[in-house]
Amino acid sequence: MSGTPALVLDNVRAWYGESLVLQGVDFQVLPGEAVTLLGRNGAGRTTTLRAILGLTGRRQGSIRVFGEETLGQPTYRIARHGIGYCPEERGIFASLSCEENLKLPPLFDNGSPGLSLDEIYQLFPNLAERRHSPGKALSGGEQQMLALARILRTGAKLLLLDEISEGLAPVIVDTLGEAIRALRSRGYTILLVEQNFHFAAALCDRLLFMEHGRIIETLTPVQLEDQADRVSRLLSV
Amino acid sequence: MSAFPSLRTCGYAMLLFALVVAPWAGLYPVLGTKLLCYALFACAFHLLLGYTGLASLGHAAFLGVGGYVAGYGVKMWQLSPELALLAGLGSGALLGVVMGFISIRRSGIYFTMITLALAQMVYFLCVQLPQTGGEDGLQGIDRGRLFGLLDLHDDLTMYYTVLVISVAAFLFIARVVYSPFGQALQAIKDNEPRAVSLGYHPNHYKLIVFTLSAALTGLAGALKAISLGFVTLSDVHWMTSGHALLMTLVGGLGTLSGPVVGALALVTLENKMGALGAGLASLTGFAWFSTLGESVMMIMGIVFVLCVLTFRRGIMGELLSLSRHRPRKTA
Amino acid sequence: MDLFGVPITALMAQLMIGLVNGCFYAVLSLGLAVIFGMLHVINFTHGAMFMLGALLSWAGLHYFNINYWVMLVMAPLIVGAFGILLERLFLRRVYHLDYLYGLLLTLGLTLIIEGAVRSAYGVSGRPYGPPPIAGVTNLGFLMLPNYRLWVIVASLLVCGATWFMIERTRLGAYLRAATENASLVEAFGVNVPMMVSLTFGFGVALAAFAGVLAAPVMQVSALTGQTLIVIVFAVVVIGGMGSILGTVVTGIGLGLVEALTKVYYPEASSMVMFLVMVLVLMVRPNGLFGGGE
Repeated sequence: MSGTPALVLDNVRAWYGESLVLQGVDFQVLPGEAVTLLGRNGAGRTTTLRAILGLTGRRQGSIRVFGEETLGQPTYRIARHGIGYCPEERGIFASLSCEENLKLPPLFDNGSPGLSLDEIYQLFPNLAERRHSPGKALSGGEQQMLALARILRTGAKLLLLDEISEGLAPVIVDTLGEAIRALRSRGYTILLVEQNFHFAAALCDRLLFMEHGRIIETLTPVQLEDQADRVSRLLSV
Repeated sequence: MSAFPSLRTCGYAMLLFALVVAPWAGLYPVLGTKLLCYALFACAFHLLLGYTGLASLGHAAFLGVGGYVAGYGVKMWQLSPELALLAGLGSGALLGVVMGFISIRRSGIYFTMITLALAQMVYFLCVQLPQTGGEDGLQGIDRGRLFGLLDLHDDLTMYYTVLVISVAAFLFIARVVYSPFGQALQAIKDNEPRAVSLGYHPNHYKLIVFTLSAALTGLAGALKAISLGFVTLSDVHWMTSGHALLMTLVGGLGTLSGPVVGALALVTLENKMGALGAGLASLTGFAWFSTLGESVMMIMGIVFVLCVLTFRRGIMGELLSLSRHRPRKTA
Repeated sequence: MDLFGVPITALMAQLMIGLVNGCFYAVLSLGLAVIFGMLHVINFTHGAMFMLGALLSWAGLHYFNINYWVMLVMAPLIVGAFGILLERLFLRRVYHLDYLYGLLLTLGLTLIIEGAVRSAYGVSGRPYGPPPIAGVTNLGFLMLPNYRLWVIVASLLVCGATWFMIERTRLGAYLRAATENASLVEAFGVNVPMMVSLTFGFGVALAAFAGVLAAPVMQVSALTGQTLIVIVFAVVVIGGMGSILGTVVTGIGLGLVEALTKVYYPEASSMVMFLVMVLVLMVRPNGLFGGGE
């Protein structure tokens, strides 16, 4: 069981309408690993996360989640293999209260218990204070914490986190970083999409660089420091 | 692509030629007149839908009121046909300004529902007003003499008169669409916020187009009233607006000629349904087919559903995509 | 005792009829709004589904001798199942398209349903016979037929239950969330395609329920839905589709306004709700209770 990767993408191609956005993406993530997708805007990082969940148009290739091929499955079935998704736009439901948002994602019956509500409120004390506020009244930082928090209850073991540090105050970014470390120590597998590679390097085991819908480079955080020039070239606009 | 405009010109020339010779090739002129009236109706409807994206379900009001005003004018005030047609056009425009002013404040599905509700109000008004003849409608509207010269009682003269007016209206629509005004409309349809930032007032443009569309629909109603000799409540009923939408879609949304083709196809289908059913019944031995003529409503419903599920580009849309794709394949 | 020249008992009787009609409008527009929220399709078949509910209740009684109370449960179930079938076969194919296609598709389905019923039963309504609840309650100022009282109570109960389900249950939370962002809810592992089917089924079942309630007091015919659907559209334009309470209040309010017009200026009674719509749009383009595009 421990030998099975949490996620395998094998020559994945994905379209939006007529345009081919992912042009053959290959990588895998082992259980308990944290991996970051880096790249310029439009390189296909967000699309990769969406393709894993079947939220793009047509897809080809192979995507295995905890050993199971998911390519032909509808989105809700893919998610039930144990995926928690935190979208770039956060996706907080404006008409639901903070706690309703938190309780919305259904629990998976895959035998792995998620965090309890108490544990979540310990991790994010701000949310406990705002539990009865409507989603639209939360600040950007609170929305981001909520978006992350609500997928921890469900028993998801593989977290897909899209740009969670984007546009937030440093103190909130630190809180999120702490939360991710805590999640790693609990054995969660994490796939991050990030713009902020300092944030990502401190948290993850490997960094994958994307360009034109492909993975073009894999580095470890240690290599990142040695090759600062190359990295800035890979990410420069 | 350079061959394309000439192809299109050829297409129009052929269509026009067909319409000119049709009565000599066996088309019953009265049916031909009706076809042309509905073609004009569909073109007017499409002027709004195709170039602003606003789907109105209120156009039956313009068609009906245009017809009632023209018919009433002829019957009560002995208006000459040209004045009656103008009255139909004017009443369509007037009603269009009012309904447009109210409805263009909203877009999308709300716009559709508002136009539908407003037209329903006009419908009930027509049911109530003694001038419309209530359930009986206006009957026996005299065709008269156009400009005191042309005797319209002759079916062929009537047909060619309607053809000339329809072609003129069609050219007018084409002129509007290709004018700077039409370009501005296109810009608004493609990206309204950007058009606003360029200094356009989208609502002015929408109101003008709505009014033009309503005026031409009023003209179609008046033509229909004078040529067929009657106007009934079914012209004002909202299902008639639904038919305009269907004709436009069957013909091909976004193509200038689509509504004409769609109207010709649907009105012919509707008219021939009885004969078609009888033919099928004798051919297959199923007596049920002979009731086809009475099930126009169901058949129209099936056309709606088929059109949406399998034939979304419409007749002209399919033809155009064929003529565009073929050179690429052979190259 | 008179009020502006109308005896107060006559006025009350008309208002009571208006309240009953308003209840039908409320239940119908509630179903329409629930469907629109989830499918983003304006369901033209809604009026036809109301008619089917009434027809089924009549047919159940006359062909199979199934009484009203059984049909009150059965007809919405049958129509709901029929709706789910339509959703699976047809509507599902147009969600990714412009709203125009959803409108055309449901309009086409309406024509088929109404055309079929018309060719089987003609256009005139079938009398249902005496209402299943007999008797009259004397309210002092008004003799109120008990059946009408039941219609009002049942409609309000159904609206209340719908409110509770949407605002207070887990399923309702899914529904509200999916109205905002369906694909994210599906990415959480919720079977959204099934929810969409059930929502459509539920919405048209509400319409059928109103139809069964209406059968004994209204001559429902094949084409009744065509007039009704436009009124229901006016209700949702006036009330906005954002809030359940707003929809219900608007529906009942319009029923009462219509009844008052019938008393004081009968010629305008069929037009008055559209006039109200125009006035509301002038003052509040987004409707009385908000509800965005």
